[in-house]
Amino acid sequence: MEEWIIILFFVIPLFGAFVMPLTYLFSPESPKLITPVITLILLMLSLYSVICQPEQIAYSIGGWKPVDNVPIAIYLVYDGLSGFMLVIINLVAFFSSVYAIKYMEEYTGQKYFYVLMCLMIAGMNGVVLSGDLFNLFVFTEISAKSSYALVAFGVKKDELEASFKYQVLGGMASLIILFGIAMIYWQTQTLNMADISYMLQNAENNIFPVFVQLIFITGFGVKAALIPFHAWLPDAHSSAPSPISAMLSGVLIKTLGVYVIMRLYLSVFQLNESVSIVLLALGGLSMIIGVLLAFGAWDLKRLLAYSSISHIGYIITGLGIGMIMLSRGENHLAATLAFTGSLFHIANHAVFKGLLFLNAGAIEYAANTRDMKQMGGLAKFMPVTLTSSFSASMSISGMPPFSGFFSKLIIILAAVISGFYFIAGLAVIAGIITLSYFMKFQKYAFYNKPSGKSPVKEVPGLMRFSMISLAVLCLLMSVLILPGIRDGFLNPAVNTLMETTEYASKILGR
Amino acid sequence: MTLYILCFILFLVGVYGVLTRRNLIKIVISLTIMEFSVFLMLVLVGYISGGLAPIVVHPEGSDISVVDPLPQTLVLTAAVIAVATNSMVLALAIRLYKKYGTFDIRKINELKG
Repeated sequence: MEEWIIILFFVIPLFGAFVMPLTYLFSPESPKLITPVITLILLMLSLYSVICQPEQIAYSIGGWKPVDNVPIAIYLVYDGLSGFMLVIINLVAFFSSVYAIKYMEEYTGQKYFYVLMCLMIAGMNGVVLSGDLFNLFVFTEISAKSSYALVAFGVKKDELEASFKYQVLGGMASLIILFGIAMIYWQTQTLNMADISYMLQNAENNIFPVFVQLIFITGFGVKAALIPFHAWLPDAHSSAPSPISAMLSGVLIKTLGVYVIMRLYLSVFQLNESVSIVLLALGGLSMIIGVLLAFGAWDLKRLLAYSSISHIGYIITGLGIGMIMLSRGENHLAATLAFTGSLFHIANHAVFKGLLFLNAGAIEYAANTRDMKQMGGLAKFMPVTLTSSFSASMSISGMPPFSGFFSKLIIILAAVISGFYFIAGLAVIAGIITLSYFMKFQKYAFYNKPSGKSPVKEVPGLMRFSMISLAVLCLLMSVLILPGIRDGFLNPAVNTLMETTEYASKILGR
Repeated sequence: MTLYILCFILFLVGVYGVLTRRNLIKIVISLTIMEFSVFLMLVLVGYISGGLAPIVVHPEGSDISVVDPLPQTLVLTAAVIAVATNSMVLALAIRLYKKYGTFDIRKINELKG
């Protein structure tokens, strides 16, 4: 695999975003065609890079060589974890963009929608690839800013209000992140992640990195919507247009929140047990409070948004268990299991939560309501939405043989092996409540008495295509955990996490 | 050290404003104050006392300390981002005013959070 391929991941969508307003002048339909093509190319590229399986690529933009062993170029780093995230981001982006073609027709100003969507994808791909805190901050802001605009896209009362809330909280989180970056610069005089890691390994002051890590938990915790910082998520994710909700819940919170936490806490900072315990506690809290909030929701998209909080909780719990085990240095098997479960759940959650939001959008498109009490009897009219949402509901509530079962099982197993019986119990209880509120969704939306309105129609073909493909993926993803297939996709990402600070020595070569 | 403490106080002023004000525009102003305090701190952190501007005109080997341009570029970039944030938030505030006829966030409460 050629090194320069990795810059294409954000150059192509950025280029597309700036070209689309021009092509719109000649043909108003062109953005609808260009966006799915761009996301398809990105998906192919990311699959190609995973198949090539490079060990690690450190690409320095402009080709500046290190001076006196100090890296001065802007680094882009592709490794197992980045490749894993890229596939997930571009997969969900592709299906959302195909779905959006028909769904967005009732909105005005469609060209801006596609421009903002491409910018958001460019930002997320950039976050995953950057090996430099400066770049990471800028790409975080690119995708966050476009998501603010996309949440407010409908310019109705609640959408504007949700976006305002999202912006104030997101803006404060960005400032806290910038403050943390300033602190790191103060200590290490560099912003290159590999160099920071090297400097911190040789530093004598051990309290300082812990302080920065706690600041980052606040900053990236808001982006990932962990429980004390979650207030913006249910509003923002339920107000956005459905394909964007699928992107926000499916990949944005994971890229800006969970991925960055993984990368910084495992590859850059030294492992610290107390920080890991904080993460584990926040994860457990999000897991249980998220499901309780979702249980009481009657707005379909709001229910799905609350459920996202609980699933981010699962992911962070797995991460926390792995970090505690690694920092104690006693049980590497448990750490590997926990990271595998955590990463596998990221992939699964992206697919099934994306699909569920697309289903919610389909119901809103056809029956024109989001309130579950007003739906009912849709099973007869919308067979595709019924089957695909059934597949996603089974997967999210952890029924074998759907993929969600395996990732939850691995996280619970890891918790039991590491001796966190309480957390394992919480995860089981959260899983059961998840099942119950997805049964509620199935019953009220599809099987209850018809609400007496005129019969609704199934959604158009392109929307059906996205939903069916993702529903098939919900089942197929279980294959990823089999030995042999696991080595291709999951294991490189897990190995990247397990190597911890070898990340720096590999890039710097010292 | 005094400067850093003053920066931190400025930051707290911003946080206080965001938390207690009830007017959309005042919230935006408080957010801006927070932004500026963080930028100030970044510039201060990057400054070396007695250092010169990072324009290399001095011959190599001369013993003049030059300020690292990295935090300054970061501040410039972050300031541009902050301008984007402010314009977005203000545009939203105007749209909200048109919908609700008020800037008071106690009256803008369709959503429950």
